[in-house]
Amino acid sequence: MKNVRILIIGGGPAGLAAAISAYDKGERDILILEREDKLGGILNQCIHNGFGLHTFKEELTGPEYAQRFIDQVNERQIKYLLNTTVIRVEENLEVKALNEEEGLLNIKAEAIILSCGCRERPRGGVNIAGSRGSGIYSAGTAQKLVNIDGLMPGKEVVILGSGDIGLIMARRMTFEGAKVKAVVELLPYSSGLNRNIVQCLNDFDIPLMFSHTVVDIKGEDRVTSVVIAEVDDHLNPKMETAQEIKCDTLLLSVGLLPENELAKGAGVSLSRITRGAYVDDNLMTSVPGIFECGNVLHVHDLVDFVSLEAKEAGEKAVEYINESEHIKIDRIEIKAEDGVRYVVPEFILKNNDASEMTLKMRVGNVYRKTKIVVEADGEVIHSKPKQIVTPGEMETIPLKSDEVLKLRNAKEIKVYLRSV
Amino acid sequence: MKEFICINCPLGCHLVVDDSDKNNVKVTGYTCLRGKQYGIDEVLHPKRMVTSSVIVLNGKMPVVSVKTKEAIPKGLIFKSLELLKGLKIEAPVHIGDVVYQNILDTGIDFVATRNVERSK
Amino acid sequence: MYDCIIIGAGIIGSSVARELSKSKAKILVLERKNDVACGTTKANSGIIHAGYDAAPGSLKAKFNVEGAKMYPALSKELDFPFGRNGAFVLSFSEDGKIGLEELMEKAKKNGVEGCSILSGDEIRKIEPSVSKDVVMGLFARTSGIASPYEMCIAMAENAYKNGVEFSFEKEVESINKVGDIFEVKTVSGELFEGRTVVNCAGVYADTINNQISSIKYHITARKGEYCLMDKDLGCVTKATLFQLPTKMGKGVLVAPTTHCNLIVGPSATDVNDKDNVATTYEKLDEIWKKATLTVPSLSKSGIITQFSGLRAHEAGDDYVIGFAKDVPGFFNCLGIESPGLASSPAIASYAAKEIKNYLSLEDNPNFDGKRKAIKHVSSMSDEELIEAVKENKEYGHIVCRCEVVSEAEIREAIRRKPGAKDLDGIKRRVRAGMGRCQMGFCTPRVMEILSEELGLSLEEITKKGGNSPVVEGRIKE
Repeated sequence: MKNVRILIIGGGPAGLAAAISAYDKGERDILILEREDKLGGILNQCIHNGFGLHTFKEELTGPEYAQRFIDQVNERQIKYLLNTTVIRVEENLEVKALNEEEGLLNIKAEAIILSCGCRERPRGGVNIAGSRGSGIYSAGTAQKLVNIDGLMPGKEVVILGSGDIGLIMARRMTFEGAKVKAVVELLPYSSGLNRNIVQCLNDFDIPLMFSHTVVDIKGEDRVTSVVIAEVDDHLNPKMETAQEIKCDTLLLSVGLLPENELAKGAGVSLSRITRGAYVDDNLMTSVPGIFECGNVLHVHDLVDFVSLEAKEAGEKAVEYINESEHIKIDRIEIKAEDGVRYVVPEFILKNNDASEMTLKMRVGNVYRKTKIVVEADGEVIHSKPKQIVTPGEMETIPLKSDEVLKLRNAKEIKVYLRSV
Repeated sequence: MKEFICINCPLGCHLVVDDSDKNNVKVTGYTCLRGKQYGIDEVLHPKRMVTSSVIVLNGKMPVVSVKTKEAIPKGLIFKSLELLKGLKIEAPVHIGDVVYQNILDTGIDFVATRNVERSK
Repeated sequence: MYDCIIIGAGIIGSSVARELSKSKAKILVLERKNDVACGTTKANSGIIHAGYDAAPGSLKAKFNVEGAKMYPALSKELDFPFGRNGAFVLSFSEDGKIGLEELMEKAKKNGVEGCSILSGDEIRKIEPSVSKDVVMGLFARTSGIASPYEMCIAMAENAYKNGVEFSFEKEVESINKVGDIFEVKTVSGELFEGRTVVNCAGVYADTINNQISSIKYHITARKGEYCLMDKDLGCVTKATLFQLPTKMGKGVLVAPTTHCNLIVGPSATDVNDKDNVATTYEKLDEIWKKATLTVPSLSKSGIITQFSGLRAHEAGDDYVIGFAKDVPGFFNCLGIESPGLASSPAIASYAAKEIKNYLSLEDNPNFDGKRKAIKHVSSMSDEELIEAVKENKEYGHIVCRCEVVSEAEIREAIRRKPGAKDLDGIKRRVRAGMGRCQMGFCTPRVMEILSEELGLSLEEITKKGGNSPVVEGRIKE
């Protein structure tokens, strides 16, 4: 059994930032476990630009953004193991991992930070009928094939889902000579950023069809066409509107799911909405000593926010292991109501120190001229007016320490939308 | 008349830009001044960063990601990508290495955006 | 010259091949796809029916009951997943009593033990997820589940070990009997000669038979669509849950798989195209609605994939098993639909015995019926895992995270004979890509391993043979 003070599972943007902040908070006994052959996680395949505007005040590509953090990890000589897959996390913070050199590793940690990211929702998750030949990929798989392996999935492409990865891949495939015939979105709005709709689709006259879905895939061995149709208000396809589009490739960009199987195995309670752990304002899960940050906690749209969240997790983990004894503090739930789908953290610790805090949240629909209200025992603590909020854009609500103090002393906390 | 969606914020204002007089471009549909400026820029000199990949020889990865060091005129996107076709560079590659110099006389280079070590 | 040419490498063909290899014989299996288990075998419910459903006196009843009894020993000998999980046939109304009693009667006539009728409450005590609308049901304690494609692969591997030859991508074009010799010609132009032929061609078995025998058959391809759920949801039910057929139609089943996924289905649609295994929006919706009648707590968010398979339904509604009366030496295993999987060991045993007698074959003294499955990281103890990595470090490299499949397992799946040749072949053998991300993460790495092992370029790697390349070229070309 190997002992480690802080074990970080996942060496992507969240894990790297958490490791750096834990180190800077004074902890030296840190180990990062990464299953791939390099640090950086999904950023390695996100070769487009647009990362780091908040963190570095410049526009970087994914690999460049990752390298800045990898360099900081190396400068601090923080230890990491590559090609190492965690197979189990126990409630008592014992971890089993596997790699070629050391075989089965047994590691006992004082705190664990889960930063293992998310996966893409597969075809089965959205119930797309049709044949099952080759040529159907989740957008991220296609992205890896193109950007890491230099392979071209196909030449005539239809994309289902207008999430950012789908939009980015529309442009990427176009750049490599493919014809992207349409991006089809089930909802009447896109969950992607405007900037990506403009620069990845409009720039290349790629049609974006809202309220449409794929109802059939043809071609036994390889995709030869897809059939799309308009959907009604209940999102059921109107078959009379069906039209066939010839293509050899269908990319799916239909949602990201936090990868919480390890957390589940450790007994961490998970939110049905975010699919991440329920955390308190220290980003600690229901299992003492296990923290979560980044896309495993809830799916972010900007890596800069992942880095910020992870920094906090790293610091809080160090504070936790430095406590002389772990006293269980009561938690108050932060309820998401009226248009707010979820708030992270879901809980705030009672009677804790007054410190600044940022609530992160998403809404369930597009709302214009509204305000986000934070309420404690019926009293409005904070109100943030917004011209528009959309499900695709995570909202942050920075709270001042006196506001936080009010929350800590409240019996009931709600976050909701009010039209103005 | 040209139409754009402003990308500065999630509002995504639909801008209508009248550029019949290049010296006096008129923008309507914006909500803030950033939006107005965006409309003018998109009409007069739209620019884009271009990111792509280049084949690497003897590297631990078969390709390296690259970008234009600065945004280039939008109209040059595809011509600039043509320059990367068939281009092969020898590993090791480092972030910032110039992969292609002076794209179409813009004075802007394609540079590598990741490190690729040499394979043993 | 072969003693026996078997057409089709599904569960029936592979089982017959293995069973016949117990005799001294030169055996060839011809398969039109590039791997075993590519047809109905890979896409069915995986149920080892107890035998209470088939009409007494039918071949279905006979082979089902005999076959099901062979599973415990066979699954040990060949090391494939099998379990006796029991099954319920559920009725949602008191009217169902008549139907259930009919099943009890059939069970008795077919010689099926361990059946009884339970009340809804009694059923829910055993399976709490069962809907409160269920008022009674038949409990069949001997019903089981198996992994059909893994069983087929095990059969084929063991057949190969005992000298059976497999030849893939050999679609049969014609069969002629010249004197005592069968000439089997393939679409690709080869000619194979055999003293006997066993027709195990699944939904195409009628075409094969009708070429050579004057006794004609007609097989309808009856499509069954399924949803498969994440194993993470656990086995919502331990037993297989059927619905008692009513005037409203045949119900669907909800059952665990041997890997603790949950399978929901099948629908039943007759299709003209015998290669049509596309899923449809309407049927998936229909089976889902029916399944939630049985288990109301099912949530669509747990679905990881859908698939469909074709049942070979013969017009006479029973199996056709035996030598064609007018063509000595031509043996049919035709119309093998449900309970085909349960029946398959008994069918194979019977077919092999008949052919052995026909050809007066001697026993094969070198026959070794034991086969070990590929060792899976996911089912190893810590000690076994430590040993495995010591022996072969590739056991320490996890390629498929969802199903925890190592590089060592994937390489072995390719190296075994008959081995995996494509992504789907790997998936069926070691489950890489079978899990919740459905090949999202492991595709590129599995392609690389396939390319290294088979000496193919990445562009040549396919999803399922034929014209199913995973990628169509390289960038910057």
